[in-house]
Amino acid sequence: MTTLLEAKDVSRSFGGVKALAGCSLSVDKGSITGLIGPNGSGKTTLFNVITGYVKPDAGTVSFAGHDVTNARPNKIFALGVGRTFQLTRIFARISVLENMLVATQRDESWLRGLTRSKSSKSELDAAMEWLDFVGLSRLASLQAGSLSYGQRKLLELAYVLVADPDVILLDEPAGGVNLTLINEISEKIRALNKDGKTFLIVEHNMEFVMKICDRVTVMHQGCDLVTGTPDEVRNNPAVLDAYLGVSDEEVDEEVSNA
Amino acid sequence: MSKAKPTAWGLALVALIIFPLIVTNPTWTSIGVSTLLFMACATSWNMFSGYSGYISLGSGIFYGCGAYTMALISEHAHMAGGEAQFWLVPLAGLVAMLVAIPVGAVALRVRRHTFVVITIALFFVFQLLAINASFTGGAAGISLPLIPWLFNYFNLPFYYVALGIVIFATVLSALVRRSRFGLQMLAIRDDEDRALGLGVRVSAVKLTGFVMSAFTIGMAGAMYAMFFGQIYPQFVFEPNFDITVALMAFLGGFGTLLGPLLGGLVLEVAQQYFTLTFSNGSLYLILLGAMFLLVILFMPQGIVVAVSKWWNERADKRDTALTTGIASDPATDPATAGMNPS
Repeated sequence: MTTLLEAKDVSRSFGGVKALAGCSLSVDKGSITGLIGPNGSGKTTLFNVITGYVKPDAGTVSFAGHDVTNARPNKIFALGVGRTFQLTRIFARISVLENMLVATQRDESWLRGLTRSKSSKSELDAAMEWLDFVGLSRLASLQAGSLSYGQRKLLELAYVLVADPDVILLDEPAGGVNLTLINEISEKIRALNKDGKTFLIVEHNMEFVMKICDRVTVMHQGCDLVTGTPDEVRNNPAVLDAYLGVSDEEVDEEVSNA
Repeated sequence: MSKAKPTAWGLALVALIIFPLIVTNPTWTSIGVSTLLFMACATSWNMFSGYSGYISLGSGIFYGCGAYTMALISEHAHMAGGEAQFWLVPLAGLVAMLVAIPVGAVALRVRRHTFVVITIALFFVFQLLAINASFTGGAAGISLPLIPWLFNYFNLPFYYVALGIVIFATVLSALVRRSRFGLQMLAIRDDEDRALGLGVRVSAVKLTGFVMSAFTIGMAGAMYAMFFGQIYPQFVFEPNFDITVALMAFLGGFGTLLGPLLGGLVLEVAQQYFTLTFSNGSLYLILLGAMFLLVILFMPQGIVVAVSKWWNERADKRDTALTTGIASDPATDPATAGMNPS
């Protein structure tokens, strides 16, 4: 399998806090890669660096052969990297359908956007098709702000999909969502993965991650700690330490060694 | 509703066209001219600020530049006062757009609240320039060539040109609302960073909207200069103008098509009427303030949004009364009706 998305030795500090300290991550084409780690380990910051929202202090990000370090978010999106946000972000005061249409961007000139109508027939069809895929098509004319939290998550997923990105970064797709919807979302992800979409998923719900991902990278204190299959990661003692802290025996050991 | 809407727009247009033929009193037609100019400015302001959420309090820059374009060219070209001057109106709009490019490039580097402050600051830079620069004639202002029209018909050409500008601004605003560009501005209003992450070129979109909205405001400024025949820097670069235009849009319905038109109509007519009626003292200001308080208290989203909500709720009640006993179909849930007041 070829590497589609790669971050190499990425560092980024916010004031005195090193959110990322030489973190590396690679996502294979056609895979579902999980990114886990305790709170504050730098997962979302890494997402922000990859999608251009945050500029790294050091390190590089490449996507499908392009160097996208320091590229603007719209550029990265146009190349084929779509993302959702941890706190879902939709356009609340326009309709659900218009939310979808915002995302059907082509890399067209500024003048074209000015002179053409909101949507072409094919864009409208695609938008309705993806709304149908997540089960929101009957709400298309509703103002997006009146959707429930779960529906917003689905809408965000749908409007990222409508642009047909090659790789989709999901930031906690199962966060704050009931079990039925979690299963629904993981089914959608699997179906899309079968059609060739690559996923990178940040998630705290271990069951969800272990069930769905091919590979999992564990982050700890801004670095990538372990990468492997879900089983390898599950049985790695370093991962347990990262999540639960170092066990008493090890501390004793360290103390006696000192 | 869908059929009633074009009819209502048509009726309103007819009313505006025949107004000065019925009400021939120059005092009233003169109020008509300034009202139309304000309606056009509020609509154009709303086309950028209402759609993108970037509240500009610097529209006076474009108004003033338009007025000075008209005054300076008529003066230096030794034009005879009259119809020919109307050709300078669109030119003044273009000059305002040219000015808007650097102004927008600077002001739009910052977000939201800071943007508001920067536009105010830039506005005062322009006001000071107009007062102090040599080519503007300084604080003494500029006199425009006298227009030799008969007193009773003097206002009519202004009225109809102003009406044309209102129609232009409204049609442009409606087209923008329907275009991809307009959708992008609405997306920026709701969540700029998210829009950026969905491929929207936010900087280009914002600047384009800002520059476009300057055109109509510049034309209105030129009309003002021509109409009054004399301009002073502190009256064409007027901070109250910035605020009034924004308030008109808020009063009528921020971000809607009809709102700024209605807001301009109500506010300017009320203001002029109160000024005339209570000419001594500042009682009219108190009345205007009271009007604002009422609107903010009872219709915080503006008249248009409040009325359309009320209308839809009433329609819903009627519908539910008709269909009592029949299980409601979720697909045609009344909650979906009329969520977009624009």
